[in-house]
Amino acid sequence: MSAGQGGGAGQARGGWVAEALRVHEEEEQQARRGSPQPLPGTVREELVLERIERARRSRPRIKEERITMSHGAGGKATQTLIEAMFASAFANPLLEPLEDAARLSVGGARLALTTDSYVVSPLFFPGGNIGDLAVNGTVNDLSTSGATPLFLSAGFILEEGFEVAELARIVATMREAADAAGVQIVTGDTKVVERGKADGCYINTAGVGLIEHDLDLGVAGARPGDAILVSGPVGDHGITIMLARGELDIEADITSDTAPLNGLAAGLLSSVPGVRALRDATRGGVATILNEIARSAGVGVTVNENDIPVRTEVRGAAELLGIDPMYVACEGRLVVVTAGEAADRAVAALRAHPLGAQAAVIGHVTADPPGIVQLKTAFGGTRIVDLLVGDPLPRIC
Amino acid sequence: MRFVDEFRDADTAHALSAKITALCQPGRQYKLMEVCGGHTHTIYKHGLEDYLPEQITLVHGPGCPVCVIPMGRVDDAMALAAEPDVIMTSFGDMMRVPGSNGSFFDAKAQGTDIRMVYSPLDSLKIARKNPDKRVVFMAIGFETTAPSTAMTVLRAAAEGLTNFSIFCNHVTIVPAIKAILDSPDLRLDGFLGPGHVSTVIGCRPYEFIARDYGKPVVVAGFEPLDILQSIYMLMLQLSQGRAEVENQYSRVVPWNGNPVALRAIGETMELRPYFEWRGLGFISHSALKVRDQYAAFDAELLFSVPGVRVADPKACQCGEVLKGVLKPWECKVFGTACTPETPIGTCMVSPEGACAAYYNYGRLTRHRISAVPGGRPPQTPPKMEASQT
Repeated sequence: MSAGQGGGAGQARGGWVAEALRVHEEEEQQARRGSPQPLPGTVREELVLERIERARRSRPRIKEERITMSHGAGGKATQTLIEAMFASAFANPLLEPLEDAARLSVGGARLALTTDSYVVSPLFFPGGNIGDLAVNGTVNDLSTSGATPLFLSAGFILEEGFEVAELARIVATMREAADAAGVQIVTGDTKVVERGKADGCYINTAGVGLIEHDLDLGVAGARPGDAILVSGPVGDHGITIMLARGELDIEADITSDTAPLNGLAAGLLSSVPGVRALRDATRGGVATILNEIARSAGVGVTVNENDIPVRTEVRGAAELLGIDPMYVACEGRLVVVTAGEAADRAVAALRAHPLGAQAAVIGHVTADPPGIVQLKTAFGGTRIVDLLVGDPLPRIC
Repeated sequence: MRFVDEFRDADTAHALSAKITALCQPGRQYKLMEVCGGHTHTIYKHGLEDYLPEQITLVHGPGCPVCVIPMGRVDDAMALAAEPDVIMTSFGDMMRVPGSNGSFFDAKAQGTDIRMVYSPLDSLKIARKNPDKRVVFMAIGFETTAPSTAMTVLRAAAEGLTNFSIFCNHVTIVPAIKAILDSPDLRLDGFLGPGHVSTVIGCRPYEFIARDYGKPVVVAGFEPLDILQSIYMLMLQLSQGRAEVENQYSRVVPWNGNPVALRAIGETMELRPYFEWRGLGFISHSALKVRDQYAAFDAELLFSVPGVRVADPKACQCGEVLKGVLKPWECKVFGTACTPETPIGTCMVSPEGACAAYYNYGRLTRHRISAVPGGRPPQTPPKMEASQT
């Protein structure tokens, strides 16, 4: 059998496995030149790590032949799919930053535009339903772009047989969520598919917001010395959904944190100079955002496990399930990058808002090692926090 | 959080670290194998090596259930899952294990009905709900998971379920440890015994390691302080010239194991004459099959399973990694062609696999910070310039 056999894509894999072996051989030979002795282990390990970093920086390639659940998990496979498929096909300067929303100039006004689809299962869960998520998620993608959310669209894909009463509950919730966030749902679309071709109700929302300041927000602007904050405990939404599915026989007093973040974000931006980027930590959790910071800005990120707020119930459930809360989705939490000297003011500004009462600095941006997120564990060790691989929690939002 | 935080206390870790360092004889290198993949995971996840002196090397052992599954058995499972009326159920960490033609995940994407379960008993629920389907549970793991598979078979039998069976790949840890001890490639000084396996089989089965091979064994728990304390206990034995089996995990592991669990295994399963392990080859009496009395629940008898032995991909060096002969990063395709998202070998798949643990958590050597007095010094790359010319 060929060297390449045995991977997810079977024979198709031959090419890149052979390539990796060739590079390995070449580098080993090159490294040995001039020295008949085998290289010391530390140097060889160094070389391997360098090679891995190069491999990680190289152009993303979709190696699977079919879409798997991993492509929707918000982790590494999602990132590869977006970059190798969508971003390359649609390539344009507005799309390129791959932030939560695109920033456009139209007739002198600066606008933010975003869209998001919701396929959460179950549709109803403690703390909300798919309707809250559909409104808040899009409001939050606009808010983290520094925009004031104004108008939303709502597209519904409904399964034949779905109960009208349930749809009415969802729609009423959307209306309430829109009112709470101060936005209007001004256009929409309805499609129905045969029974079995969807799972009850899927919703897509798009949103437009107005940017009324000239801040240049984006994770690519993070610099060494900056501080990284979260606005509250992480992982509530993901664990709530997982438990709400009732497959685990675990009960805990946790509710989704779904909430509109426009008030919190606006308060922060208006009162604290030096904010470099805002993100809401949805699929892939805080860990994914930290990796985006490290990668986009070419910086290192160091966070302290002890400083990351996690509810005891969430920690307990995550511990039982073998999941790291850092990878679990939130639906109402900001991750903030600020200049180091602005960190205290930023914490104070976040805490002044009810949704940011437990805001905390969780780490810092460093010059080295670029592209890597390090965690100081509560135990006192150091380890890497990488992008999520696989999908422990499908259809979380 | 109670029952967790007290086992992750950094102050206690510092104190233990100092005691471990003090026990190291100058100039001597120590190689300790953690048999269980759960330990490997803990070690990397908590950055535990930061607390160990340079003289101590932890060698990762074969105790990772999905890592030791040979490719032929994965292909067999895929063939079973592809039968028209079959629902295959599997633990999550099996989903990404590559066979010759992709993994369960890939098959699922192509329409094969494969469902993730957290307990084998969940398969029975699925079987009851789908009387017109045949539900096959992909049973894997050491003595840790074998009892729950056994209980599931017993429950299915008691209920008279006729559409449930297991594809039994359960293996036993002791023959694998013996194979490593008999392997000429490796010199080990001691073993961290597998804590979860030992909750079932107890500590006695390891006595031959101390008696016949003169190596100390400490059965270890899974919190970082458990492991650090177990390393201390091993180092104490070594410094005193003792080789005994000790039980650090006594809060969970009874010396004689769990008779109820052992009875359930014995009732439903028996040893196979031999079984193939990835990387270790065929090992006699190292795996379990369904007993004849429960043949109605044995997927290998109910279906035609190809049963073809499939060689590992040439590029894959999981075998050497599983035996502890190679460190994960020494494998030729580590981190370049073989990554957690597109694994070639099993060790990159499971969170308990040494390669996955090192890739996800450990790629920090060059930036290693000396976290504690007596900890590893920062390993700046010496001679890098020379090596790159």
